Amino acid sequence: MKRFLGFVKKEFLHIFRDYRTLFIIFGIPVAQILIFGFAISTDVKNAGVAFLDLSKDETTQKLTDKIISSGFFKRTENLVSYDEIEDIFRKGKTKEVIIFEKNFEKKLQNEGKASVSLIADGSEPNTATLVTNYTMAIISGFNTDISGIRANNPILIQPEVKMLYNPELKSQHMFVPGVITMILILICALMTSVTITREKEFGTMEVLLVSPLRPIQIILGKVVPYFLLSFINVILILVLSWLVFGLSVKGSIILLLAESMLYIMLSLSVGILISTIASSMQAAIFISLVGMMLPTILLSGFIYPIENMDDIYRYISYLLPPRYFITIIKSIMIKGTGFLYVWKETLVLLSMTVLFIGLSVKKFKVRLE
Amino acid sequence: MNNSVITVRNLVKKFGSFVANDNLNFEVYAGEIFGFLGANGAGKTTTIRILSGLSAPTSGEVIVAGINASKKPEEIKKQIGYMSQKFSLYEDLTVKENIMLYGGIYGMSKSLIKERTENLLEKLNFRDYGNKLIADLPLGLRQKLAFSIAVFHEPKIVFLDEPTGGVDPITRRQFWEMIYETASRGITVFVTTHYMDEAEYCDRISIMSEAKIVALDTPENLKKLYNAATVEDVFIKIARPN
Repeated sequence: MKRFLGFVKKEFLHIFRDYRTLFIIFGIPVAQILIFGFAISTDVKNAGVAFLDLSKDETTQKLTDKIISSGFFKRTENLVSYDEIEDIFRKGKTKEVIIFEKNFEKKLQNEGKASVSLIADGSEPNTATLVTNYTMAIISGFNTDISGIRANNPILIQPEVKMLYNPELKSQHMFVPGVITMILILICALMTSVTITREKEFGTMEVLLVSPLRPIQIILGKVVPYFLLSFINVILILVLSWLVFGLSVKGSIILLLAESMLYIMLSLSVGILISTIASSMQAAIFISLVGMMLPTILLSGFIYPIENMDDIYRYISYLLPPRYFITIIKSIMIKGTGFLYVWKETLVLLSMTVLFIGLSVKKFKVRLE
Repeated sequence: MNNSVITVRNLVKKFGSFVANDNLNFEVYAGEIFGFLGANGAGKTTTIRILSGLSAPTSGEVIVAGINASKKPEEIKKQIGYMSQKFSLYEDLTVKENIMLYGGIYGMSKSLIKERTENLLEKLNFRDYGNKLIADLPLGLRQKLAFSIAVFHEPKIVFLDEPTGGVDPITRRQFWEMIYETASRGITVFVTTHYMDEAEYCDRISIMSEAKIVALDTPENLKKLYNAATVEDVFIKIARPN
C-alpha cells in the first residue's frame, strides 16, 4: 500500500509542477464557464436595423419607435430607396432592413391590413432568425395595441420575411467560411511551429545554422511547402462544399483566393512566432492548439456573433486574426462583396502579418546569440 | 608554423556583464587533430560558436580558414563542416537523401555529389544501405555516416561536438580511425570530448576552465608537466572549478 501511495504522490507532483496540466485541469474549465456565460450569447442585443419607410406617416413612426425602443435593436440608417438595401447589408453592420409600404396608415384604415417587409442578413442564419422573430413579436404586440381600439374589425400588419443571401437559411453558409478560417490557422500555425521546434529538439537545427543556409532561407524553406499545401486545401474545401452542399462563391473567386493567401501567410507567421517561444515540440503543439483553437472557435465570430458579446470579449476578439478573415470570407463568399467592403479587414491582416514576421525574425536572430 | 587554419588572439566574449571567454589565445594548424577540452560551463560551446561563424566576438581577433570571424562570419560557414552531438541526421530520410541534402546545401554539383556518394558508400561498406532510412540504422553506423557527411564537401576544418556519445568502445575506436584518415588528407579536426582516453589520440589538446585556457600542448608534454599518468589526471588537476 505504501508503494502505491508513494506513486500516487508522484503523480500529484507531476500535475502541479507542470503549468500545462494545471492549465488543462483548472484553467480551461474556468475559461469555458466565463466565456460561455458572458461572451457567448444567443440573445439579440443592439442588432443593427435600417428602415425604409415609404410611407412616413404617424403609424409607421410609432411602429419604428417601438422597435427601436425595445432595446434589442439599434437604428443604423434610414434608407430612401430599394437600391440602398444591398449596399447596407454589404457594409455588415445592419442585420435587418424593415420596409414599410407606401400609404401604410391609409391602407390600415381603409383595408384593415398593410404589409411590412423584413429582410434579414441570411449569411448568419441564427441571428437572422432571431432578429426577424423579435421584430415579428414586436409587430404583433403593436397589432394588439392598435386593434384594441377597433375590436370588431381587427387590424393586421402582415410581416413578410425574406432572408437575403441565404433564402433557405442553410447553416452551411455559416459553417463553411468558419471552418476554412479555423482549419487554416490551426494547420498553418501548428505545422510550422512543430517543424521548427522539431529541428531544435533533434539537434539538426544547429547543423543548419552552421551551414551556408541563411536564417531567412531556413524559415522560408519551412514555410513554402505549407503555404502551397494550405492553398490547395482551400481550393479543395471550396470545391467540396460546392459539390456536396451546393455552396458557391457569390463574389470574386480571385479575390477570395488572394485574401486566403494573405491569411495563410499570417497563420504561418504565427506558427513561426510560436516556435521562437516554445522550448519543445510538445510546448509548440500545446500553445498552437489550446492558444489558437479555443479563442478561434468561441470568440472570432465563427459560431457566436461578436455583436452579441459583452464589451470585454469584443475587445479580445479584435486581437484575433481569424475574426477579420471570417468577415472577409463571409462577405466575399456569401454576400458577394468586392474589395471595397473588405479593405479595412485586409489592411489589419496585412499589418499583423508584417508585425509577426518582423517579430519572428528578430527573435530568431536573438536566439543565435 | 605558418599553416594555421585557426588563429585566435585575445578573444573576449561577454554576454552582458558575464564573461564567457576571457582573453583566449591559441592556434590550430592544418591537418591537426585538436582536442578542445574543459569542464561543463567552462566556455567551450561559446568558443566553438564563434569559430563556426554563429556568434561574433566581443573583442579580439579570430581568423578561421583565412576569414575574419568578426567581419565575414557567413563566409566561414562555407569552409567548415560540423557534426553535432545528436548526429545531425534526418531519421525519416534515407542515407542517400541525407547526403544529397547536405551536399546541395554546401553548393556541390549533382555530378560531384553522385561521384562522392558512390565512394562514400563503398568506403563505409554501406553498399546496401543507400536507400535505407536513418531510423533503421544502428547507432554506430549513424555516427560514421554523420561524420562522413560533415566532411563530404572536403572543408578545411571540421568541428566535432562530443561525437562519440553513447557509442560502444569498439565503434569509438573505429570512429577515431576515420578521424585519423581524414586528418591525414589535410582536413583539420577540431573535436570536443569528455572522454579523456580520446584526448590521448589528439595531436594537441587545450583545456578550458572558467572562461580561460589553462593548458595547451601535446598530451605527452602535459602529462610530463603535471606529473600525471593520463590526460584525465591532468584534467582533474587543473580544470576543477573553484
